[in-house]
Amino acid sequence: MSIDMSQFHEAFFEESFEGLEIMESELLTLDVGEGDEEIINTIFRAAHSIKGGAGTFGFMNVSEFTHVMETLLDEMRDGSREVTQFAVDSLLESVDVLRTMLESARDNTEVDEDMVAARYAVLNGILKDKSSDSSAKEDAGASLVEASVDKPIAEGWQISFIPHTDLLMAGNDPVRMFRALSELGELSAKVDYSNLQPFTELAPEDLYLSWLLTLTGGVSQADIEEVFEWVEDDCDLTITPLDVSVQNEQASVAEPDTIVREPVISNESVKEEVPEISVVDNAPVTKKPAVKPKKATESASIRVGIDKVDEIINLVGELVITQSMLDQVGEDLEANAEAVSANVDSGSQKTNADILLRLSKGLAQLERNTRELQDGVMRIRMLPISFVFSRMPRLVHDLSSKLNKKIELLVSGEETELDKTVMENIGDPLVHLVRNALDHGIETPDIRLAAGKPEVGTLSLNAYHQGGNVIIEIKDDGAGINKAKVRTKAIEKGVISETDYLTDDEINHLIFAPGFSTAEVVSDVSGRGVGMDVVKTSINKLGGRVVVESEEGKGSVFTIRLPLTLAILDGQLVTVGSESYVIPLIAIIESLQIDRAQINAVAGKAEVYKLRDEYIPIIRARAVFGLEDKKTDLHESLMVIVEVDGAPVGIIVDDLQGQQQVVIKSLETNYRKVETMSGATILGDGTVALIWDVNGMVNVHKKKLNNGVIKA
Amino acid sequence: MARILVVDDSASMRQMVAFTLKGAGHTVVETSDGVEALASAKSGSFDLVITDVNMPNMDGITLTRELRALPNYRFTPILTLTTESSAEKKMAGKQAGATGWLVKPFNPDQLLATAKKVLG
Repeated sequence: MSIDMSQFHEAFFEESFEGLEIMESELLTLDVGEGDEEIINTIFRAAHSIKGGAGTFGFMNVSEFTHVMETLLDEMRDGSREVTQFAVDSLLESVDVLRTMLESARDNTEVDEDMVAARYAVLNGILKDKSSDSSAKEDAGASLVEASVDKPIAEGWQISFIPHTDLLMAGNDPVRMFRALSELGELSAKVDYSNLQPFTELAPEDLYLSWLLTLTGGVSQADIEEVFEWVEDDCDLTITPLDVSVQNEQASVAEPDTIVREPVISNESVKEEVPEISVVDNAPVTKKPAVKPKKATESASIRVGIDKVDEIINLVGELVITQSMLDQVGEDLEANAEAVSANVDSGSQKTNADILLRLSKGLAQLERNTRELQDGVMRIRMLPISFVFSRMPRLVHDLSSKLNKKIELLVSGEETELDKTVMENIGDPLVHLVRNALDHGIETPDIRLAAGKPEVGTLSLNAYHQGGNVIIEIKDDGAGINKAKVRTKAIEKGVISETDYLTDDEINHLIFAPGFSTAEVVSDVSGRGVGMDVVKTSINKLGGRVVVESEEGKGSVFTIRLPLTLAILDGQLVTVGSESYVIPLIAIIESLQIDRAQINAVAGKAEVYKLRDEYIPIIRARAVFGLEDKKTDLHESLMVIVEVDGAPVGIIVDDLQGQQQVVIKSLETNYRKVETMSGATILGDGTVALIWDVNGMVNVHKKKLNNGVIKA
Repeated sequence: MARILVVDDSASMRQMVAFTLKGAGHTVVETSDGVEALASAKSGSFDLVITDVNMPNMDGITLTRELRALPNYRFTPILTLTTESSAEKKMAGKQAGATGWLVKPFNPDQLLATAKKVLG
């Protein structure tokens, strides 16, 4: 019977795309960690259906691919694998790949094999993560191909079939089996009814008979086994060839599992694919990153464009030239010194002046070479921010349907490059900010229309470079931050007291306070157990800052400012006491000399400084460090104004030195954590300078103020 | 010819199975999950039940167990459609009382051959 299977394709594609939608939206609600069993089950079922259908309707590539996803989900379901963000993201990306594969199958177009292979590599990489996981691959595609071991074919077979008494209970019937056997060859049966119970004790549902069957004709053992496949555990079965010549090859059929499953994805192909993870992970220019960069592969490798390498080689060449030039200067100076010691007057004064000129030129060139080389080397670690941004369209798409909101996403500056480590750590905070903007920012269409706004809300993501920093903006035209609500909540939560006077800006920044959330019900969209304080902390950890500007009814803009790299910092050198310190330039708004007239001492509070229209708190660095401070009058003192939590704070220092780039050394690994310091560096003269953590400075100042260590 | 109850949440699979069986002259009743199937089974009689395993509301294993508890279906052949070829998964069906199984993917001919095995 031949049936045209293509008539079912439409239904298959329709339900498969539906299944993908389910997988996607459920994956987005899946909590990292334990993972809700019901959610995982739903995702698993959707994958399972796609796999089954795809196999049946002949889309083997879809079926195989889904099988790998299913294996991962199965492990999450039975709890043997933790639900990690990486796994969830990988599954989400796999859903995309699967969708593409299904579309190609539907439209009869070519599938991007590279993309599929890359995804296989990632999934298999995750599966391989767990040592006990070889089964996943062994099982991969097991259902798709079953290659049975060559079973002997014999002219005749003797089959001893002794059913257990309950064989009939599951609907199996020996008569039907015998009929099937008789279709294979010439069958004769001898029934043994010696176990038959006396009629009075006979249970009608039980089977007391056994048979000795003889089957002749060229029948393979496999075909006989297939007839008894469903009852192999419900009977004692022995299949013996009548032909003595095949006696040696004969296998006892009482052994249930003589069928060998041959995985479609052979171990070899897996091995080939796995090393690609790192390559794909770091591929710098692919528009859609196949993999979210992840800690697990952090130490792996990085793919660098040949142009970047060429540039570095070129720069090293220039460095060599500079070096030989300085070498020459050195030799000339040495010759001069010998001439002087030999008391030979050779008009060396003039020569020395010439040499010094060449020396200073050489040093200037060395400085330029060093800087350029540094930039070049740093660029190796740079990846376009599209790696992170590319996650957003789907996120927005899914969330908007979930929240019943209409949202247009505008993305610009995707090509802006960012350090790989920074990139890896900014993804989650960014996702959170986007979720937050969609959940709390942008209103539902009816509310928007009522407020006279277009029905469709706009969320824009923008990234650009500004003065050695990367700026990322997340802007929405939603409701903005409800200041009254935030204030009430903050008082309720004890973040501020009722008498505190706060500027609008300060109120806006309260949303970053630990444990703060204005949503009445923790929604499953932004309430994933991370608050905005975590967002802020993660960004601060990267040496960056996040500020928010918001206007009620108009919308909010979150601006993240990040250093280009974590290894080197642009700093302002200052002196306090006998020490030099480095203040990260990213934190500094401006530096100025204090004018006595602008200082106000508020009763019970520390001094404030009137900067233009704003009063900013003054912190004396000496007081924070517990140094003697003889200055009572701050007139003409130097003050560095830094931004802490979006608000300016003035820090009094003894002296301002120059600005320079410093290499960051960890204090934590080399010493211990110091609240006021984020790290240390070694200056040009070999001395160690500590790098300020301005947030820490303000915190310590507050504590000392509260404890009365510093007098107001 | 036989009356067959087909249970699968996937419309395409259900269509394919039903179409194939109808083509062989059987009468087919289609249901999309275990709950529906159980209701159909109670209100009618069938010579064979072919059920998917993974389904929402009530899965195929539970359905098999429920059917076996009904006096009318104690000996009725029940076949599970399973994607798993591992012995363990097949056994789950057997333990619940299924007669046998058919491993996905299968083609119409395999389906008919399997149905024939239990319909005689």
